[in-house]
Amino acid sequence: MSTIALSARDLAAAKLYRRRRLTNIVAIGLACAAALFGLAFLGWILWTLLAKGLAHLSLSLFTQDQPPPLEAGGLRNAIVGSLMMCGMGVLIGTPLGIAAGTWLAEYGNHRKLGTVVRFVNDILLSAPSIVLGLFVYAAFVMQTGGNFSAIGGSIALAFIVLPVVVRTTDEMLRLVPVQMREAALSLGVPQWKVTMQVLYRSALPGIVTGILLALARISGETAPLLFTAFGNEFFSLDATGAMSAVPLVMYKFAGSGYENWEHLAWAGALLVTLFVLAVSLVARTLLLRNKVAND
Amino acid sequence: MNAIALPVSARDVADARNDKHFRWLLTATAVFVLVTLAGAALSMLWGGRSVLASEGLDFFFSSDWNPVENKYGALVPIYGTVVTAIIAMLIAVPVSFGIAFFLTEVAPRWMRGPVGTAIELLAGIPSIIYGMWGFFVLMPVMREHLIPWLDANIGPLPLIGKLFQGPPIGAGMLTSGIVLSIMVIPFISSVMREVFLTVPSRLKESAYALGATKWEVSWDIVLPYTRSAVIGGVFLGLGRALGETMAVAFVIGNSVGFTASLLEPSTTIAALIANDFGEATETYRAALLLLGFVLFIVTFVVLAIARLMLMNLARKEGNR
Repeated sequence: MSTIALSARDLAAAKLYRRRRLTNIVAIGLACAAALFGLAFLGWILWTLLAKGLAHLSLSLFTQDQPPPLEAGGLRNAIVGSLMMCGMGVLIGTPLGIAAGTWLAEYGNHRKLGTVVRFVNDILLSAPSIVLGLFVYAAFVMQTGGNFSAIGGSIALAFIVLPVVVRTTDEMLRLVPVQMREAALSLGVPQWKVTMQVLYRSALPGIVTGILLALARISGETAPLLFTAFGNEFFSLDATGAMSAVPLVMYKFAGSGYENWEHLAWAGALLVTLFVLAVSLVARTLLLRNKVAND
Repeated sequence: MNAIALPVSARDVADARNDKHFRWLLTATAVFVLVTLAGAALSMLWGGRSVLASEGLDFFFSSDWNPVENKYGALVPIYGTVVTAIIAMLIAVPVSFGIAFFLTEVAPRWMRGPVGTAIELLAGIPSIIYGMWGFFVLMPVMREHLIPWLDANIGPLPLIGKLFQGPPIGAGMLTSGIVLSIMVIPFISSVMREVFLTVPSRLKESAYALGATKWEVSWDIVLPYTRSAVIGGVFLGLGRALGETMAVAFVIGNSVGFTASLLEPSTTIAALIANDFGEATETYRAALLLLGFVLFIVTFVVLAIARLMLMNLARKEGNR
């Protein structure tokens, strides 16, 4: 009697064990498949970029302006426009971002306003970029007489830079050991000097990383520029007028059906992606080295 | 005594004044950021007020979007936005969980860093590249293989069949949803991986010591512990999917006519704005601004939920 009951229980246990092991194997298989799925699409997209863009990378991209359909040309006006607007976007967004981030870390950390600012900043961090473009259209372009301008484009890009810089500055300053602040303060150094000369120095690599990540993000942005900088077929350095950018040209050229325009679009796509990946790799190694140095 | 103390105190006064100015400057910047954001958001509503006044609630519930006759019923773009985001989440959430499970429990240690970095590289690729890839590479695949198959095999079914009927055009909500899912996978999976790593190892080790399998540890220990943050990560991805513009503008087909089918061209709020705003008349622009304001409010709410959920886990960690 007892032997039969025992073996029945053993049987059930063995069955349960087998089922649990099978579930585990299936789950692990699916997890591997998911990782492969992600990697495959990364590979597929990069391969498409290389296959379609590499053949059309040439020096004339940088020396000639965007052409009419079916004529040879390059992307000089767009590249210059992109560099100008990204540069101005970073120049506007960074000082504001560092100041607001410093306030968050040093003054607003445990206050209600600090919580609100941090919360709104985190939301701004992932807000849709087209909405930021519309913001600037409604609040700036419309107020200045409806003229599209590179300044408008730069402000829209600065809205993307700002939350990234605020976040990293805030985080990096909070990582600086309290002892460092206390040591400086106990020597009688005023707070603003402690911040400027001790805290910033210690947090600098992290803050630079944030700025680079922001630069990587804005250099591929199209949507916020559509109704602010608008695009311009001609070479222009005038910040108060419409200006072109590489992603804007890609958007116009990619689905156009003209072969030479599509080639230029792919060349631009490859250029932008390489730039973005290079900048984010530099940012990553900078952060990594900083982490190692702090340990 | 006084002779020594006086010059020092003069400097103290200057220091205190500078400190105060410094503090004021920083506070002003932080407040400025808040005020600008609020102001910009309200200026969109202000820009679209005329359309809101003339259309009223019809703006949200009518599918008659006809700029020529000044009729603005935004049901189709709103519907398209929601449906593409749902398709994206249906694909992205399980895959992201799989990737996070792989990166935290399954993969050998040497593999975790490189694979994690590679997945995060996907997040760095500009969205317009996804759009071009979707347009030139994914759309032909959809047109020639997936859509005819869906139309023939799932189309005749009752109820859900309606969603999968249509000519093989390639552009549509299904294609957009697929492209969106690839875009949000890196965001969701990196949040999931990060929060999975915050689970105390003694919890996991206790389970392993009792004989739990890797899957059981992930599903029964890690996931319940991090539930709110995982939901936060999913909402973060949802916020992205709802507001994504360039990738969708290439593959949605840009049609404001209503269609139930996922295989036929439709539009989303963001894609419609991107496409039409540049050439729009003044009233039409007002309508698009209002639409943008709606998108802003929706994503703001979704992202706010995401942040609150993520903060939940941080608080739990702090209390431990």
